[in-house]
Amino acid sequence: MFEPQDPNRIQLNSKGQLRHFLTTEGLSRELLTEILDTADSFIDMGAKQIKKVPLLRGRTVVNLFFEASTRTLSTFELAAKRLSADVLNLNISTSSTSKGETLKDTLMTLEAMHSDMFVVRHADSGAAHFIASRVTPDVAVINAGDGRHAHPTQAMLDMLTIRRHKGAFEPLKVAIVGDILHSRVARSQIHALRILGASEIRVIAPKTLLPRHIEAMGVKVFTDMKSGLDEVDVIMMLRLQKERMNSALLPSESEFYRLYGMTTEKLAYARPDAVVMHPGPINRGVEIESAIADGPRSLILDQVTNGIAVRMAVMSMAMSGQMVERQHPQVQAQ
Amino acid sequence: MNIRITGGRVIDPSQQLDQVTDLFIADGLIAGIDTAPAGFEAGHTLDASGQVVCPGLVDLCAHVREPGYTHKGSIARESAAAAAGGITTLVTPPTTSPIVDTPAVAQLIQDKARETGLARVLPMGALTRGLEGEQLSPMHALAGSGCIAFSNARLPIRSSLVLMRCLEYAATHDLLVLFQAQDAELAKGCMHDDSTSTRLGLAGIPEAAETVEVARCLMLVEQTGVRAHFGQISCDRSARMIIEARARGLNVSADVAVHHLLLSDVNVDGFDSNYHVIPPLRSQLDRAGLRQALLADGIQAICSDHQPHDAIAKQAPFAATEPGMSGLETLLPLCLMLVEQDLLEMPQLIAKLSCEPAAILGIDAGTLKPGRAADVCIFDPAARWTPSAAATRSGGGNSPFMGTELRGRVTHTLLAGEQVFKL
Repeated sequence: MFEPQDPNRIQLNSKGQLRHFLTTEGLSRELLTEILDTADSFIDMGAKQIKKVPLLRGRTVVNLFFEASTRTLSTFELAAKRLSADVLNLNISTSSTSKGETLKDTLMTLEAMHSDMFVVRHADSGAAHFIASRVTPDVAVINAGDGRHAHPTQAMLDMLTIRRHKGAFEPLKVAIVGDILHSRVARSQIHALRILGASEIRVIAPKTLLPRHIEAMGVKVFTDMKSGLDEVDVIMMLRLQKERMNSALLPSESEFYRLYGMTTEKLAYARPDAVVMHPGPINRGVEIESAIADGPRSLILDQVTNGIAVRMAVMSMAMSGQMVERQHPQVQAQ
Repeated sequence: MNIRITGGRVIDPSQQLDQVTDLFIADGLIAGIDTAPAGFEAGHTLDASGQVVCPGLVDLCAHVREPGYTHKGSIARESAAAAAGGITTLVTPPTTSPIVDTPAVAQLIQDKARETGLARVLPMGALTRGLEGEQLSPMHALAGSGCIAFSNARLPIRSSLVLMRCLEYAATHDLLVLFQAQDAELAKGCMHDDSTSTRLGLAGIPEAAETVEVARCLMLVEQTGVRAHFGQISCDRSARMIIEARARGLNVSADVAVHHLLLSDVNVDGFDSNYHVIPPLRSQLDRAGLRQALLADGIQAICSDHQPHDAIAKQAPFAATEPGMSGLETLLPLCLMLVEQDLLEMPQLIAKLSCEPAAILGIDAGTLKPGRAADVCIFDPAARWTPSAAATRSGGGNSPFMGTELRGRVTHTLLAGEQVFKL
């Protein structure tokens, strides 16, 4: 009775290659591994004198940010430039779209300028799917964060960071800590870790910051750090997104830090070689102690470096997957 | 003109009728069944062989969008869609602009509907002025101007004291109050709060957004003794509370929108904004519970909850779109799926679309009894067709069922003996 079809299928072209990158959900282990392998090759390139490759030469990439961002926008820009693309950054605050032009009109205007790729960040979950499926199917869409839904390039740069430090995913126990409810990063990380075969994925948060039936995503739920971090290899902290705290979710920042902040004392609950990650920007003294953020077990700066490589990988793969589709328009019509 | 409808399977649950027979219509009224009244001469004979002949359907919730939102729909277009769907009586909520809290607006809606002449459009009056939840509306005057029931739509009456006063006042004049139960704070979301909303990152509306308000309303109904109806319930637990309240002798009834009987929250996967409805599509357990409540007499009527939209209203990321589906033309074929799935017998289904909603409203409709207005729906239960946004008569083509092949199609609709639709 009206069962839904696989909605993430639109990310792939008729040959199963990436043509949009909207979510890590529903992709194969092979594809995610290909992204990581491609990114690995770009990391080595970043250390060279000449950092550019011509993979996107002559292509126009539009960074379309409906939500403010510094680091994600700048790493996407750098990634596109290292691929030799022409880059246009558009910061479209909510105030300018509320002047009357709809999201759809904005995008169709940009498509008419013969853009080849949109990198989109938007406050609404599903915005990237909406654009890719309903508005501009001939433009490769890279999701740079949509509402609480997905932030797939962040998740993949986290996976790359884990793989470069830990090797294989299979033996790993990974804990994701903090505001799971509002976090698109957590959702994309969970899908990616499952697909790549991590042995156990945990989330740790108070019930007010846990979405309903999160265990259905294949995670174990903990509400305290001591049992949640026990035997864990990788700790992924989340940002406590204060601007989204629109209701009574927490008594205070200090109580949150006392119970869920990553401190030296709590890090001792995890395995002795456990590493700590954070998508940034970090709130020192709210989510994480400075000594840990700046310490030897923190991978926070590696994440930033890896972010450029992962975004280069995804952009080059999606562009070639999109070009296959453009050469075979009849496939699309099926 | 006198009409003889011949050879159809005449189903009228209001008189336990289900047989292949003839129906006779004279002067806009049902003149006889089976045998022609004395002196009857048919000006027109309508062959209904292989078809079902039943009372014109009564839809307890259909937004006609007029006055105020004519870019989405209008009385003329929605009446035409109703006629094409076999619906001859529809109740429209007070959420127009201006709101139906003055007799003038209630009269305007009925005047326009009479002018169009394709369906009976019965306005619901606002329970509070401006639907603001603070001051009683002039219910007695509104009832005098044709308001059939009183509702605050989905807008909150935060003060339980104000709500109790509304119910006391309605009870004073024996007026029907219709609840579209929703706790405004808990309902701040765009889909059912469960594993699918979690995965999609869409803000969830918990079951409690409905059940908390159903519970509060039931307690106040019990205290005030008002006649009350719950419109478009979406949760199994709401249905159970209503069944329990009826068992205790409370004068309450309920309806459900047909899409809540067929779809569930998993349909939102993929972010198709056509599945954005309020109340949200609930879990598969809720859907099963609502279907059971139809059998257990917890839910007496099925409605379309028709909400036409202009195209732009649905062209945005899911949460930013406006909720609601267009449903007048698909109400009957979707309901027929319940028969196909062996949940209901055809006469049981027809009852939930005709005499039962009419009884809730206390109106003389939804029946083929001789002497009553000849509001008749004739449909071919086997006909396959595919509704489309391009072909719909409604102002809105916003429905996930557009492009889906459905079974069962209205071929003729008569309103007071006049043919208002013919396929």
